[in-house]
Amino acid sequence: MPIKTEEMVLNMGPQHPSTHGVLRLELKLEGELILDVKPHIGYLHRCFEKHCEAMTYPQVVPYTDRMDYLASMSNNFGYAVAVERLMGIQVNERVEYIRVIMAELQRIASHMVALGTYGVDIGAFTPFLFLFADRERILTLFEETCGARLLYNYMWVGGLSHDIHPDFVRKTKDFVQYFRPKIDELNNLLSYNKIFVERTANIGILPADVAINYGITGPILRASGVKWDLRKNDPYSIYDRFDFDIPVGEGLKGTVGDCWDRYYVRVLEMVESLKIIEQAIDNIPEGDVQEAVPKRVKPPKGSIYARFENPKGELGYFIISDGSVNPFRVKVRAPSFVNMEVFGELCKGHFVADVISILGSMDVVLGEIDR
Amino acid sequence: MGLLDQEFSDSNIVIAKSEDLLNWARLSSIWQLSFGLACCAIEMMATSASHYDFDRFGVIPRPSPRQADVILISGTVTLKMATRIKRLYEQMPDPKYIISMGSCANCGGPYWEHGYHVLKGIDRVIPVDVYVPGCPPRPEALLEGLLKLQEKIRHETLRRTA
Amino acid sequence: MTPEETLEILKNKFPDSEFTYDNELPVDAYIIVNPKDLLDVCFFLRDEENLQFDTLMNLSGVDDNNATKVKDEEGNEKLEGRTLSVYYHLHSMKFDHKFYLKVSLPIEKPEVESVESVWKCADWHEREAYDMFGIIFLNHPNLIRILLPYDWEDGSYPLRKDFETPEFYNGMKIPY
Ligand code: SF4
Repeated sequence: MPIKTEEMVLNMGPQHPSTHGVLRLELKLEGELILDVKPHIGYLHRCFEKHCEAMTYPQVVPYTDRMDYLASMSNNFGYAVAVERLMGIQVNERVEYIRVIMAELQRIASHMVALGTYGVDIGAFTPFLFLFADRERILTLFEETCGARLLYNYMWVGGLSHDIHPDFVRKTKDFVQYFRPKIDELNNLLSYNKIFVERTANIGILPADVAINYGITGPILRASGVKWDLRKNDPYSIYDRFDFDIPVGEGLKGTVGDCWDRYYVRVLEMVESLKIIEQAIDNIPEGDVQEAVPKRVKPPKGSIYARFENPKGELGYFIISDGSVNPFRVKVRAPSFVNMEVFGELCKGHFVADVISILGSMDVVLGEIDR
Repeated sequence: MGLLDQEFSDSNIVIAKSEDLLNWARLSSIWQLSFGLACCAIEMMATSASHYDFDRFGVIPRPSPRQADVILISGTVTLKMATRIKRLYEQMPDPKYIISMGSCANCGGPYWEHGYHVLKGIDRVIPVDVYVPGCPPRPEALLEGLLKLQEKIRHETLRRTA
Repeated sequence: MTPEETLEILKNKFPDSEFTYDNELPVDAYIIVNPKDLLDVCFFLRDEENLQFDTLMNLSGVDDNNATKVKDEEGNEKLEGRTLSVYYHLHSMKFDHKFYLKVSLPIEKPEVESVESVWKCADWHEREAYDMFGIIFLNHPNLIRILLPYDWEDGSYPLRKDFETPEFYNGMKIPY
């Protein structure tokens, strides 16, 4: 007797340990095979854009923290630079250096969470514990500087909320020293682990042209072999002064643009961030970090679209000012929001178990998708 | 073992009120529904990771509501999510407890005024046992919240109250 | 290629349609396009040899809130001329140049062609603009709410400037 199969619709989330938050996926299955995936988002829609219109420019900064809550520093950074450009404020060198160091530390911290939770999704719990322990070191650095562990409100329009701690330079150097060998440890523990490679290599391959048409950015685009990094291609702040590489996916364990590549690009990016920190940390000039903070942030009438390289991809702020103290409109082009669109495409033709491994490799943050 | 280790020679009898024994057992293994909502969830993850180690209080994350004793509302509850949380809560077996973590779950947090899609406090949908303030609460604060919950459980009674 | 040069190419290619170059603003200049030509212009911008705008960086709806008071025949004051706009931020990976487009739509009938067929990533952006502003994108494959619940009140678009928070949703009180 022939076996009859039927299409089945399976609901995954919004409460599911592997969806990294409150994402709901509607999987259309034929047996184990995935025919189609429909992501449903909005379970964390916190009305960011409405809040912006009701707040003054400096009051928006804490809300930017809460978008991509794994990379608050980078969000602050982008917003501050965007408004500064709109107003024509030039901040001093000390501020620029501290900002870059903080943003790169934040990038490492964000990638640590991405890699750690990816390990958990695949079934490796130990790397998660190791990485979170190391992440605490970065959080301690932040905490000593501005008092907060997760949401910092650190980069203000025209400056910083606090100057760095006298010990900051030494401690950061210690951290860089400490963390370098840890990356090798991570590689031996997880990256080259046979089981891990089996579950991630050749899964969810994203070709470069599809990625570009979907507007994918960040590590996911680079894993597909496109050398594109806004820190190099459209430099903001003082990134053009530093010497670092842009790691791209090479298909070491499988095909270019598979899950393993997306994972490994993040590992390599941590090394590059360490390089930037090392170059910057010794050159912090003297200065007053609140020198350029305006008494009243009131940009002239106009609009700006400014974009920044966040740990997750290109973060864009589109700000329209009508000349008052409140923004007229702020639209955020959140990297995860755009990256998530391609998810359905990636999953087609894979098995249910691969959905987890593809989702983990995208490293999405729901706070940013839904805003 | 800790508490009772080497307190007795072998084959002893311990006499306790059944209430105390049950409460003690209950409060030392509070299983948590592993489920994160927003930024606070990251602090919750940090709490269960190596540095703060939630496990030492007997808190183990369980992915299914059927096996969980406590639900940690860690983050902003939106209107779209509220009905789902309610359903999760209803699926949990009794006795069940709720810790509301962070200002958002307590009262709407930074979104209280203009949040047209934010529920201003999870207690509008389900009853809360312990509120942990903060945005986000530090892991220490969450641990304190858990200790408070344990205290609450310690004083529970099996008798029917009038 | 600067936006001015791109504009010249566009003007030569589409002689019948109107392009307005708006650079009174201090930072970004953009080109206002007639809504009915939008799709052709977008295809052209993507496919032309030396333009190749292959990514849509951002698509954003805006409520211009620019209604002006006019008097009708009987002397009653009315608000008229309010528009919703859509901004398109284009970028070319190959040549690394940018180009910003804008279309303005009357609020009574905010309809514009979807550019989903040109850039795939427009799909969710357009759904978001529909969700927040009620802008209708014609020929969009799946134009439904994205961030708000599917059963959110029809005709209630939160980012419009005259939006008022509803009192209840599904029996849950919304205001504080
Ligand atoms: S209380 Fe603060 S940290 Fe927690 S979810 Fe709300 S905004 Fe995020």
